[in-house]
Amino acid sequence: MDFIRATTWVDALAAKAAQPGAVPIQGGTDVMVEINFDVRRPPALLDLTPVAELAEWSERDGVLRIGAGVTYARLIAELGDRLPGLAQASRTVGSSQIRNRGTVGGNLGAASPAGDAHPPLLAGDAVIEAESAARGVRMIPAAEFYLGVKRNALAPDELIRAVHVRPAAGPQYFAKVGTRNAMVIAVCSVAVALHPGERRVGTGVGSAAPTPLRAAEAEEYLAAELDWDSGLPAPVAARFGELVSAAASPIDDVRGTAAYRRHALAVLARRTLTWAWNDYRKAAERCA
Amino acid sequence: MSGMDTRVAGGVGASALRPDGTLKVTGEFAYSSDLWLDDMVWGVTLRSPHPSARIRSIDVTPALAMPGVLCALTHEDVPGLKFHGLDHPDTPVLAIDRVRYQGEPVALVAADHPERARRAAAAIVVDYEVTEAVTDPWRAAFDPSCPKVQEGGNVLRHQPVRVGSVFEAPVVVTGEYEVGMQDQAPLGPESGLAVPAEDGGVDLFVATQWLHVDRDQIAPCLGLPPEKVRMTLAGVGGAFGAREDLSMQIHACMLALRTGRPVKIVYGREESFFGHVHRHPARMRYEHGATEDGRLVYVKAEILLDGGAYRSSSPAVVGNAASLGAGPYEVPNVAIDAYGVYTNNPPCGAMRGFGAVQACFAYESQMDKLAEACGISPVEVRVRNAVSQGSRLITGQVIDSPAPLAEMLRELEAFPLPEEPAAGGRDLRALPGGVAQTTHGEGVRRGVGYGVGIKNICFSEGFDDFSTARVRVELAGGEPHVLVHTAAAEVGQGLVTVQAQIARTELGIDRVTVAPADTRVGSAGSSSASRQSYVTGGAVKAACEAVRARLDKLAEENPGLTLPELLERSGPVEETREYRHRPTYPMDPVTGQGDSHTQLALCVHRAVVDVDVELGLVKVVELAAVQDVGRVLNPLALEGQIHGGTAQGLGLALMEEIQVVDGRVRNPSFTDYLIPTILDMPPMRVSILENADPAAPYGLRGAGEPPTLSSTPAIAAAVRAATGRPLPRVPIRPQDIALPA
Ligand SMILES: Cc1cc2nc3c(=O)[nH]c(=O)nc-3n(C[C@H](O)[C@H](O)[C@H](O)COP(=O)(O)OP(=O)(O)OC[C@H]3O[C@@H](n4cnc5c(N)ncnc54)[C@H](O)[C@@H]3O)c2cc1C
Repeated sequence: MDFIRATTWVDALAAKAAQPGAVPIQGGTDVMVEINFDVRRPPALLDLTPVAELAEWSERDGVLRIGAGVTYARLIAELGDRLPGLAQASRTVGSSQIRNRGTVGGNLGAASPAGDAHPPLLAGDAVIEAESAARGVRMIPAAEFYLGVKRNALAPDELIRAVHVRPAAGPQYFAKVGTRNAMVIAVCSVAVALHPGERRVGTGVGSAAPTPLRAAEAEEYLAAELDWDSGLPAPVAARFGELVSAAASPIDDVRGTAAYRRHALAVLARRTLTWAWNDYRKAAERCA
Repeated sequence: MSGMDTRVAGGVGASALRPDGTLKVTGEFAYSSDLWLDDMVWGVTLRSPHPSARIRSIDVTPALAMPGVLCALTHEDVPGLKFHGLDHPDTPVLAIDRVRYQGEPVALVAADHPERARRAAAAIVVDYEVTEAVTDPWRAAFDPSCPKVQEGGNVLRHQPVRVGSVFEAPVVVTGEYEVGMQDQAPLGPESGLAVPAEDGGVDLFVATQWLHVDRDQIAPCLGLPPEKVRMTLAGVGGAFGAREDLSMQIHACMLALRTGRPVKIVYGREESFFGHVHRHPARMRYEHGATEDGRLVYVKAEILLDGGAYRSSSPAVVGNAASLGAGPYEVPNVAIDAYGVYTNNPPCGAMRGFGAVQACFAYESQMDKLAEACGISPVEVRVRNAVSQGSRLITGQVIDSPAPLAEMLRELEAFPLPEEPAAGGRDLRALPGGVAQTTHGEGVRRGVGYGVGIKNICFSEGFDDFSTARVRVELAGGEPHVLVHTAAAEVGQGLVTVQAQIARTELGIDRVTVAPADTRVGSAGSSSASRQSYVTGGAVKAACEAVRARLDKLAEENPGLTLPELLERSGPVEETREYRHRPTYPMDPVTGQGDSHTQLALCVHRAVVDVDVELGLVKVVELAAVQDVGRVLNPLALEGQIHGGTAQGLGLALMEEIQVVDGRVRNPSFTDYLIPTILDMPPMRVSILENADPAAPYGLRGAGEPPTLSSTPAIAAAVRAATGRPLPRVPIRPQDIALPA
């Protein structure tokens, strides 16, 4: 197995173009596990950690551009105020060792249905900046990025450069069920993000279908039903929960049953929406 | 000798620090998996993918053709006896004509690199004819049409207990209970290094629990006399019963003898799940009859333990389940039947608590039902039936040392309860779900539960249970120095520390070295059954006393001389002693009667939990325990045992389960076999009592296992109290609470 170290982004793209079978590696918290278990035997590893710009983030024209190599630990510390949903999800990833190494870019690269970054990226309308040496930059909305179990929209010669997402314009919440109180892969998860300007609620559902997904009908239901100037009626929150749950297509596996996942999604969706709504109303009342 | 101060610093009763503590915390401790010799090669095991199959043929030639491969071995290459086993040699060293469980070893490869060895093993062609797997223990035991997993039939032991004849009572409660398959999950996987010797023998460095019983199984299979198999304990990364049966020992020796090179074998985590026995999953039916005021009239029970494909220590596990099957309560009438059965599920054997754990979950669940039926508190129903010194166990054995269960329960009940959390603004880490933020307090209800357990200490049922210690006092650098040598396995429990403490106390000499455990000294017995402080502690004490008697005599003969002067004159003074606990006796095969245990230990737990009743997630808020240990040898180490045992019981209550479907393990990794983290295990409140057992050294009572028993039912009871659900099964899964059937 070859080990290619790219020191610049241009080199990295060139290397990937020259050897599309090379597997990019950042934190290695997915890649090395798979190699150790002999799940894959890649011809080459393409180490992206020397590419300094991947570990940077910036804000321009009201949009955050987060390099694919920014770790969960840094997201929590540096962007927790602007991206609370993603920060909450990051706090649930593995243990502090994993959060110190693991990256959002790696989560996207792995595209596991259980990846915790996905639901908040979906709820927050994130866009993935992919690039290849041959065709340049391609902007892929998160909702179009996940194609199947551990399959994403990247072409063989493409790399993830960054994630673009607006700082939260309203309250955001992420909730994840696991059968242990820390360091656990999601049984299922839900993210909600309020977009008050557009009078819209974004959603993301994890670990309950072959891919992470948005609960489109639930979003439409809220867009039609919510009165943004009053409290959240309990039946609306409950119905929202049901619609989020209905959007999923969970299975029975070692982590939980399909029936439990459906049930838990409804509870999580109802609760997270209620928290977000209460925060929103409190802020609105303070301003009034 | 008047110069000897038995209250020397670092003696019995002191919180002497473990010599390996700092090394382990800083990552410098050398575990068996760190063993290294420059010319060593790597051994790998090919395992059966099928729970049940006939082997038509095995072709190792593709493996031999691969680069770096030194040899590939099958059952045909086993030099001696082709079977081993703790209780009875029924387990093939390598499968012969059939495999009986998924993961059974079939062939071995040695190569110059572990990855090459792995790939070569994968290249071996085994022609299997898959046969029907027996995976339902009920069917295995009671359906005559069920295929036989072992020739003698599927019931490996049936142990009844029969007392009295009154099986009617005003209050009757019944229940069916289930305990899932728990894994010992020691952090150090099975590993060791076998080094071929010039005399045709082998030196084996390995992490194990009992060197001599290993050697006595290894040598016949290698066709060697025992003295040609020299064993040294390597750094053990936890055991909990997982290292009682052999794993890679014979395999590494076979490869070493064949290749003439040192051979190292290290299992990965996944292989480890297949490479050792687990805790028996159990299905249990109980019926308790009582008077209206909650006094037990009778207990009827059927306890079915799934032993998997081979015998391991299942018979003794069944014995414990039967003799301790009603718990530490006075019961005048008993009809218990405990069965161990063979299936094509993963083999089960020893794990901390050994047969007492499963029954404890059932009988304690029953005591709670009885309390409710009688309208009295869970503590009250237990107190009314509690054993005490002089009580008869259901085996007829009289408890002849202190057993103050009622007092322990009263003390436990009197502990203040943790405060109910204030509404709003709670730290997520204090809530069910933790920072995964499944609740801000919604749906969370508190529950409190109690659990009581009784565990036999040391080996039972007539086993000749002894340990050997050699103690030597000599001058080193002009100062008296003690060398303690035993074969007892330090598995993380702190035995090395305790041996040194005993030597300091008995000899009044501060400088003590505990030699590495090996087979150059007599057997110490197993580091299991909470027995080593008792038995090896007893042996060290006895050897020290013998040394001291000689030193006393020397002092008498040479009045006025100091200890260094005496040693200068006499040279080293060395004595070796064997120590046995009081004999035990078999259980009557029909009535279960007999003095089968030498010592019994009690622990009681109170659990306080917060449960998100909508999602079925649990946060254990507090665990309190009272345990009577007879005599505290090392307070720090003892508290560690109580915390650790309690945590293992928490794991069984809430998350730890090897999921087996159709004989196949579905979660052989720490991604999905969950063990409690620091955010799952709450702070503990512990009270330790010292009511001495006059029969035991220093009055001590074995302490490692009892907390593992009682924490599980206490937590289950607390979750029931919070949810109102019956929860007849552990581990309790979220869906059991959120979506009851
Ligand atoms: C103990 C443990 C616990 C874990 N717990 C969680 C958890 O709770 N939640 C969770 O979501 N995940 C968890 N994970 C998985 C893992 O940590 C995350 O998926 C993490 O985000 C991966 O990031 P990384 O930088 O380590 O990725 P890597 O392992 O370096 O890469 C992951 C994948 O992404 C690809 N890749 C990396 N960078 C790029 C790029 N720039 N362009 C294209 N492809 C790229 C790689 O080729 C690979 O396929 C856990 C892992 C471990 C070992």
